[in-house]
Amino acid sequence: MSSSVKIKTLTIDERQVGAREDQTILDVARENGIKIPTLCSLKGLSAYGGCRMCIVEIAGTPKLLPSCMTTVEEGMVVTTNSDRIKKYRRSLLELYFSERNHVCSVCATNGYCELQSMAQEVEMTHVHFPYMYPQLDIDATHERFILDHNRCISCTRCVRVCDEIEGAHTLDIKDRGIDIRVITDLDHPWGESETCTQCGKCVHVCPTGALIERGKSVGEMSKRKQLLPYLTKMREAHE
Amino acid sequence: MNKKLTLATLWLDGCSGCHMSLVDVDERLIDVAGIYDIVFSPLVDVKEFPENVDVTLLEGAISTDEDVEMVKRVRKSTKTLIAFGDCAVTANVPSMRNQFKVEDVFKRGYLETTPGNDIIPSVNIPKLLEKAYPVHNFVHVDVFLHGCPPSADNIFYTLVEIAEGRTPELSKRARFG
Repeated sequence: MSSSVKIKTLTIDERQVGAREDQTILDVARENGIKIPTLCSLKGLSAYGGCRMCIVEIAGTPKLLPSCMTTVEEGMVVTTNSDRIKKYRRSLLELYFSERNHVCSVCATNGYCELQSMAQEVEMTHVHFPYMYPQLDIDATHERFILDHNRCISCTRCVRVCDEIEGAHTLDIKDRGIDIRVITDLDHPWGESETCTQCGKCVHVCPTGALIERGKSVGEMSKRKQLLPYLTKMREAHE
Repeated sequence: MNKKLTLATLWLDGCSGCHMSLVDVDERLIDVAGIYDIVFSPLVDVKEFPENVDVTLLEGAISTDEDVEMVKRVRKSTKTLIAFGDCAVTANVPSMRNQFKVEDVFKRGYLETTPGNDIIPSVNIPKLLEKAYPVHNFVHVDVFLHGCPPSADNIFYTLVEIAEGRTPELSKRARFG
């Protein structure tokens, strides 16, 4: 931290907290033990602001803002868990479940899935929206991994880890909105990829069963959550 | 002693796993029997769904014209309707056919996977709906008891809470899958 970095004081959930001027609300909340739910955010990767689970209220602003993309300001008054926010988070999560085919009971990540545990966290008991049941592919051409679009929530953690940490940039996304898809190389089958290093980082940062190891059956695909923090720490130690 | 409540249980497009979990409350079945009279269930020999049922545990998704008729009848005769398990709450495994056309599902189920068979049954069986749906697509549901299957603890908790006149708080206790 250089000496020119200024310190800001703000209020999060009625608590006075101090922060560096370049920090996001999410970072500061985490530092202070205030839990804000997230799906696309992952320590060690760049912020993406895609999942919108981390929305917060800021006094004087009618809009809800994603705390992972909003930097702190002096005197800010932030609320992370009002009834209004809870309602929006629950509705958002219901949309995630309705948009693709998330069948927890037959999923390889049953019991380890962040989408599944998020449903519990935001107290979602059922989905009010009609399910879409899109017909989606499973790319099982890779010798070690499987990409199942049915379970993908488009958080892009896999894309970011492949680019920012592994440096391969095999994974990317195509199209927008509800048509968004994770692709490998220029939308070629994963098994034919010339850039994939087979490192498996994408599998282990994926919050759901969209990326799994081949051969893993229902409830067998736990993810190695410590992988990314470990890599980041080792890199920092080398710098 | 208070008058016992009446309890109905049934499964539509489900695998009976939720009912297995109900039986899994083990010795607490004696407590359940102390609070409820089971008036309709695969476990008792009653053919017609009775009137004025206090609580119904409804397992399974809604997949046929007969299911739709049944769920409406159940709703009409039930005070507290519980969507019992993930199939009732989300359509779960039965909904995996929803990506395909009904004709293709039949072809897959009866022709492609059964060598030598060229008959798709169509007489005296309920007609499949275009998709399998959650129960709340058709009728109002009072309690969503999710899980595949819901744990015996959650089932027992739900039945006791309702009998005590409280609303079961399942959002944090239960989990999908």
